[in-house]
Amino acid sequence: MNQAVEVKDVTVAYDQKPVLENISFTVPKGILMAVVGPNGAGKSTLIKAMLDLTQKSAGDVKILGEAYKPKNRTVGYVPQRGTVDWDFPTNALDVTLMGRYGHIGWFRRPSKSDVALAEEALEKVGMSAYKHRQIRQLSGGQQQRVFLARALVQDADVYFMDEPFVGVDAATERAIIALLRDLKESGKTVVVVHHDLQTVPEYFDWTLLLNKQQIACGPTDEVFTMEQLQQTYGGHLSFLNQTEMVGR
Amino acid sequence: MEQIIQSLLHDSNTQWVVLSTMLLGIASGVLGSFALLRKQSLVGDAVAHAALPGICLAFFIIGEKQFLALIIGATVSGLLAMYLIQLITSTTRLKQDAAICLVLSVFFGIGIVLLTKVSQQSSGNKSGLDDFIFGQAASMTGSDVYLMGGTAAVLIVTTFILFKELKLITFDPEFAKGIGLPLGVLETLFSTLLVVTVVIGIQAVGVILMAALLIIPSMAARYWTDSLGVMVWISGLIGAISGVSGTLISTLGLGLATGPLIVVSASCMFVVSLIVAPKRGMIAQWTFHKKGIAAKTTGSYRKEGA
Repeated sequence: MNQAVEVKDVTVAYDQKPVLENISFTVPKGILMAVVGPNGAGKSTLIKAMLDLTQKSAGDVKILGEAYKPKNRTVGYVPQRGTVDWDFPTNALDVTLMGRYGHIGWFRRPSKSDVALAEEALEKVGMSAYKHRQIRQLSGGQQQRVFLARALVQDADVYFMDEPFVGVDAATERAIIALLRDLKESGKTVVVVHHDLQTVPEYFDWTLLLNKQQIACGPTDEVFTMEQLQQTYGGHLSFLNQTEMVGR
Repeated sequence: MEQIIQSLLHDSNTQWVVLSTMLLGIASGVLGSFALLRKQSLVGDAVAHAALPGICLAFFIIGEKQFLALIIGATVSGLLAMYLIQLITSTTRLKQDAAICLVLSVFFGIGIVLLTKVSQQSSGNKSGLDDFIFGQAASMTGSDVYLMGGTAAVLIVTTFILFKELKLITFDPEFAKGIGLPLGVLETLFSTLLVVTVVIGIQAVGVILMAALLIIPSMAARYWTDSLGVMVWISGLIGAISGVSGTLISTLGLGLATGPLIVVSASCMFVVSLIVAPKRGMIAQWTFHKKGIAAKTTGSYRKEGA
């Protein structure tokens, strides 16, 4: 069993209108995969459907060979930054600790070793100096890193990240990509919804091209071709992107 | 003042009433903090108003003013109102504020009609049902007081035990679901805790102002801290002080209702918080802003600007 993720015939519909149709792909263990497609292609929806956060109309998802259940604790999820209220009364360390809640179990408070793990994760993402800061007072990139730290302490085998690179500074982008490579080194699998076409070949081993339907999925150097991209983006692939692709 | 101390020292009924309004204040402050952060402040108001028809119907059925029965009636109609708000929001194009307004006014209107009917009835002990509008803690006796205080204590303990889980579903419900917490169950549980808090406070505080005891302490508390744990305690403390002071002043026999007095004392503490709280208070914000301008004009910000 060398597949981290197996998705079979997943279909999602809102108000009878299909947003994703018959998506089927597999992700081998220990790779970094990008989910790429235009706005409204259903990238976030796909991740949410896989994790049971959105209802699937049909299809099966297996993670590490088992039907996915949130309780399995094999999956870490980094949602888009905009999904929470950053004015919430809490600090960076506290948010990171939330990643331990699944391990701590009902009714109990985080232990010293949980706090130590959270501090270690904040160190890894370069946020140690800000651990007691209220989350509103962090920059967008710093908030993203706190979310990553929270996912790290989950100690999962497969990670799903929804647009972690959006709206972050260059330093954070470097920090995130270093972290993704670290995760890969230690045998974890990471699936990332990604927007920036230019960095796909550099960052990711595997690519899923998506536009409501699955256009292609496989090793980046096979899948990430001009022809396939045009099929994914239709006429919307901008001239700028095209010239850059040719130059590559 | 002397009168207050006298009754506190010698009248055991007053002591019990004060103790249970204190517990009610803590429960309201604690659960109100979560309601505020979940942006459900108005839901509490709707539930409080919607409890009135339930109270009146329970009175019609039982035929006397029995606190437990009235509370059950209030809980049923409060929960029904909450469910209707969710149903309207999810199945129609109406937004939550419109749904709350609709449900609140319809239920309260029916409640007032029923209340008028009750007061026209000659049978039964109908006096005192009017107290449910503005609240009269002094009119509560014996078992009513124990029931209110005991239930409030249960609410506080439940929230304390589930603090970590409630915090997570408030801050990031998707993440909570992702790590396997039963989101729907916890949300229903929280709604129930909120409805019960509102309902047990109705006789002491009244349907019109109960929501204020839920929200004002937590709004005030938010000014003092950036930690949810601390906020919940401060909010509980402010709720307790409001409950106790409102109850004591209303027992003076000046004919003042408890609810408005509780709200006035909570509001005083809110205004103080708004002005003097460190960091978030108006004075702190104003001096911070002034310092910022001073720093900019003297050029110490130049580095960042370059």
